[in-house]
Amino acid sequence: MIYLNSFLFAGFVSMLGQWILDNTKLTPGHITSIFVVVGSFLDTFSIYDQIIAHVGAGALVPITSFGHSLIHGALEKASEMGVMGLLMGMFDLTASGITAAIVFTFIFALFFRPKN
Amino acid sequence: MGDRMEKKKYEQIVSRHQPTETRAQNAFIAFVTGGIVGVFGQLLSEFYVSFFDISTKDANTFMLVTLIFIASLFTALGFFDKWVSFCKCGLIIPITGFAHSMTSAGIEYRKEGPIYGLGSNIFKLAGSVILYGVVSAWFFGLLRLIIMGG
Repeated sequence: MIYLNSFLFAGFVSMLGQWILDNTKLTPGHITSIFVVVGSFLDTFSIYDQIIAHVGAGALVPITSFGHSLIHGALEKASEMGVMGLLMGMFDLTASGITAAIVFTFIFALFFRPKN
Repeated sequence: MGDRMEKKKYEQIVSRHQPTETRAQNAFIAFVTGGIVGVFGQLLSEFYVSFFDISTKDANTFMLVTLIFIASLFTALGFFDKWVSFCKCGLIIPITGFAHSMTSAGIEYRKEGPIYGLGSNIFKLAGSVILYGVVSAWFFGLLRLIIMGG
């Protein structure tokens, strides 16, 4: 069941992005940015947590979960440190993803040439 | 630069006059491929839980790093661009799109030097995701702190 939910949710978010891409003038850059903001908005009232509980990794794979992870880490830290915690915990959960992307990009950029 | 602008304009005009059939097809492909990435993530996460004997939360982090690694490697090897132009949002909306944009920018601008090429351009496309993600998370976080007290 969780596989089906994962498929449906991740597919639905991607399809929504594709629909916006095809029917408006927005570029993929606009759409990913909007989706991140939507993800962090949904987690303001813990809605995205509920989605993850039902959908599993299918909700973590779309870029919306990036916004969710940012605000989740920030609020977790804020619960013990107050307003300063928002700044301290912002990258707590997303650090691994951003660091991995930077390191892999650096290594691959050293060893690979652009095609055409 | 002028060429690129021309091309962009051209693509916009083409997309405006695209028949609805192609749009439905695009949406369907994005749905299926995006869904496959989601299921793959779930499978990978469960595999890590049983293989490394770690919590689901940690396994999800491993899973995201794995997807980022795969997307970066395939971008570097050159064939991920073709996948993205076929699947479009099916690969752009998942975290693979984030990794793809960084690696393709890194490889593309590396020839302009390590500082003003690679360093300045690595976040050329992914930067806006981080910028608006952080600002919105900070703003909504502050709102929630004020309204609900954390």
